[in-house]
Amino acid sequence: MPQVRVSTTINGDAVSYLCEVDETLLDVLRDRLGLTGSKEGCGTGDCGACSVTLDGRLVCSCLVLGAEAEGREIRTVEGIATGDTLHPLQQKFLEFAALQCGICTPGFLVAAKALLEKKPDPTESEIRFGLAGNLCRCTGYDKIVRAVQAAAAEMRKG
Amino acid sequence: MVQVMLSGPLKAAAGGQAKVEVEAATIHQLLSRLGQDHPKLKPMLERGVAVAIDGQIYRDDWLRPIPPGSEVVLLPRMAGG
Amino acid sequence: MPLDANLDPRTHVFKVVGTRPLRPDGVDKVTGRAKFGADANAPGMLVGKILRSPHPHARIRAIHTAKAAKLPGVKAIVTREDFPNSVDASLRDVHYNVMAREKALYDGHAVAAVAATSAAIARKALKLIEVDYEILPHVTDVDEAMKPGAPILHSDMITEGVEPAPTKPSNIAGRHEFGHGDPEEGFKQADHVIERVFKTEATHQGYIEPHACLASVGSDGTGELWVCTQGHFMVRDTCAALLGMDVSRLRVTASEIGGGFGGKTTVFIEPVALALSRKAGRPVKLVMSREEVFRASGPTSSTSMTVKIGVTKGGRITGAFAELRFQGGAFTGSPVVLGAMSAFACYDLEHVKVVGYDVVTNRPKQAAYRAPGAPMVAFAVESVLDELANKIRMDPIELRLKNAAKEGTRSSYGPKYNRIGLIDCLEAARKHPHYKAPLGPNQGRGVSAGFWFNFGGQTCVSLNVNIDGTVALVVGTPDIGGSRASMCLMAAEELGIPYDKVRAIVADTGSLGYNDISEGSRVTFSTGLATISAARDAVAKLCARAAKIWGIPADAVTWENGHAKPSGPNAGNFEPLSLEDLAKKAAKTGGPIAGHYEVNADGAGVSFAVHLADAELDRETGRVQIKRYTVVQDAGKAIHPSYVEGQFQGGAAQGIGWAINEEYIYGKDGRLQNPGFLDYRVPVASDLPMIDTVIVEVPNPGHPYGVRGVGETSIVPPLAAIANAVSAAAGVRMTQLPMSAPRVLKTMDEAKRGSRRR
Repeated sequence: MPQVRVSTTINGDAVSYLCEVDETLLDVLRDRLGLTGSKEGCGTGDCGACSVTLDGRLVCSCLVLGAEAEGREIRTVEGIATGDTLHPLQQKFLEFAALQCGICTPGFLVAAKALLEKKPDPTESEIRFGLAGNLCRCTGYDKIVRAVQAAAAEMRKG
Repeated sequence: MVQVMLSGPLKAAAGGQAKVEVEAATIHQLLSRLGQDHPKLKPMLERGVAVAIDGQIYRDDWLRPIPPGSEVVLLPRMAGG
Repeated sequence: MPLDANLDPRTHVFKVVGTRPLRPDGVDKVTGRAKFGADANAPGMLVGKILRSPHPHARIRAIHTAKAAKLPGVKAIVTREDFPNSVDASLRDVHYNVMAREKALYDGHAVAAVAATSAAIARKALKLIEVDYEILPHVTDVDEAMKPGAPILHSDMITEGVEPAPTKPSNIAGRHEFGHGDPEEGFKQADHVIERVFKTEATHQGYIEPHACLASVGSDGTGELWVCTQGHFMVRDTCAALLGMDVSRLRVTASEIGGGFGGKTTVFIEPVALALSRKAGRPVKLVMSREEVFRASGPTSSTSMTVKIGVTKGGRITGAFAELRFQGGAFTGSPVVLGAMSAFACYDLEHVKVVGYDVVTNRPKQAAYRAPGAPMVAFAVESVLDELANKIRMDPIELRLKNAAKEGTRSSYGPKYNRIGLIDCLEAARKHPHYKAPLGPNQGRGVSAGFWFNFGGQTCVSLNVNIDGTVALVVGTPDIGGSRASMCLMAAEELGIPYDKVRAIVADTGSLGYNDISEGSRVTFSTGLATISAARDAVAKLCARAAKIWGIPADAVTWENGHAKPSGPNAGNFEPLSLEDLAKKAAKTGGPIAGHYEVNADGAGVSFAVHLADAELDRETGRVQIKRYTVVQDAGKAIHPSYVEGQFQGGAAQGIGWAINEEYIYGKDGRLQNPGFLDYRVPVASDLPMIDTVIVEVPNPGHPYGVRGVGETSIVPPLAAIANAVSAAAGVRMTQLPMSAPRVLKTMDEAKRGSRRR
């Protein structure tokens, strides 16, 4: 099967790659571009560990084809920090011990960032439902929710 | 002489005896002599047992001395998750 | 190594232990830099894929691989022929599970594997492998498997623990009995006796990271393996045996691990990846899909349990009996023995007996799941106690206090208890505002106590002093809960230096002596104890070095606040030397300074917990929602309180999922119907409330700081706490898990029709 040539933007950088027609964006990120921050937990869009944003919209990259990235803008966990400065969400996740094994953390950070961009002052319930597409098996979500609340408060201060 | 309490499947293999007596100064001596005195116990002992001395559980500690007068309980090999 | 004679952890002022610094692996994990099992790659790497039996029980007459081998891009194929014909008895079941031998014993059992230049080619190759199966009748239910006439899995399985031994094979691997006294005598003394039967379904640890490894074997027979695991030394030794390699020829590196909870304390795909790599002469990456994880890794047992308890009107338990029937998949080893030992561990009983049956069925070989065996039995026992408390109109915590085990109590599994914290937990739970908070309509509150062992085990730690006075701490237990942070805290405490001057790494199997698996809630206890000892060893050497520099005897030097100083005015008038000073001078004063400690750690204490759960029932749909949850657990001494809380909350969340939603569903065809996260429904953020935690600290006399392992106990009480809450809300006793909406409705309907009571 012939491969497809794709030109796209990832975390602000122009990127170009060849991929199979039926290859997922997740596999392209991990296996072709070396961006292993996004994880495969299920491959069927049920766990959110592969979360990225596509033109600002939160998606499971295991459900997006590599070819669909043509001309779009993709943001992954690797693009959340600015240089050596962590984003408030990353900082609060660390301070609040909102991660244990850390496998779900990239997905949560991408999803939480997307949530706060839409809702800068979410209630606890809005945070819980907004993050319901991301599975965590270690934390029971308590410290994740608190970290997101703290990050939101800090981001509102500007 | 050490009084050893047998628990669970170990008790069954020792003919239903809950307590047996054995001459032993270390866990290793205890296990070898028990295997000699009660041949049906031997395969279980070889597979692995845990030994509790005065409430403290030891999992692989042959040379652990058994203080005289201490209470010794033999348990099946245990592991967690 | 016991509690320091001069150190009462309850009053001692620790410098850094007990604080909440950031974890050393944190920045890597929030930026995506951390490398997990599937994140490694190697030049020339092939993709490995496994062919799995679609039949729950079948004889494998032949495997034809010729067509697959001809497909361009296929570099190696392995089957049972590529594994030894026989192995040590202790490895027999793992060997059979990793690659099927005469029979496929469950839907998903590995039958063959290929390594190819791409995933697409590997998948195509699997389709070209022809397996000649002779389908056999199957059995997946534990009670069905015990009946005479059930399909037999192993023709040589004669039930152990039964006198006289049976003459015919069955699916009952063993019968195990624990306890003391005579429950029948005890029941005679009771005013009320309740007997109930309970059933729970199989659940999976549900780690988000599927099993993954990268294997590379050279033509000289040396191998490297990168793998996510809870025990890389165990992986090394098991794989070396299964591949006929010397242990020294295989070096295993533990990646960051995306969850284990016991499910990664054994091997599944690793020997296969190594065998493929050896045959192909190239590195092979093998990753399980989520479906494979459910079908072919190690879920926990489904169970059927009968529990009978008698109490006096005054609330004293006079007799207790349980019969446990656990199926552990296709091989012996269900956690029924551990379940039997822990069933009544919270109580001081004169007459107690537990009988456990370990049964095999055509399901995947079970693996440990966080306090294996204990959550199910606690569900049964704590439910009956709840019913008895209602019967005698006694507060549930009061009933438990009246019978609680304490120091000196003869445990139901044999030994007497040392100092333990159950009563402290019960009292803390009773005092907690949650216990008195008002309940709304259709809401019920449940209480449960819980117990789990703590283990020690083989542990090695090395501590090396760097030229600038910082410290490199080398441990051998994979970090599954934040242990690197705790080890750095303990090392910094002993050395008297700031926390961020210590950096901990998990070494590969070539760099450190043997370490047992990260399991049994043992790491903070064992690796912690070894870290403290290695630090003290380093301190002794630092003092000796200072003594040499000053020309005084070594015992005239003490270590205080990160400095070597003369121990008294008679020793001499020397300025203290800091760790940094000594480190700078090390090369010229005798060489590198390091401490180390190798031990089979003992002295682990046990950890008790009490959970409070409020559940709300939707009577129309049967849906259960958890409205409030509180965990009270004895940690001995919390080294890093945030990570202790994390264990409390994580275990509770898994227990909540187990109680309400999670179950393995098998069809009549013996195949797993729900091998994915859509239909195997684990809790999500919107399912749970905040989970409150209370850390009780009753020091463990066997650890220098009093540490008790906490990782597992937290999953033991939730099943019963929630079942008791739902039973209260519904007015009907729940005896089957999970309490999914359809099951709850059915139970309530049956009650309305008069066949059940609370």
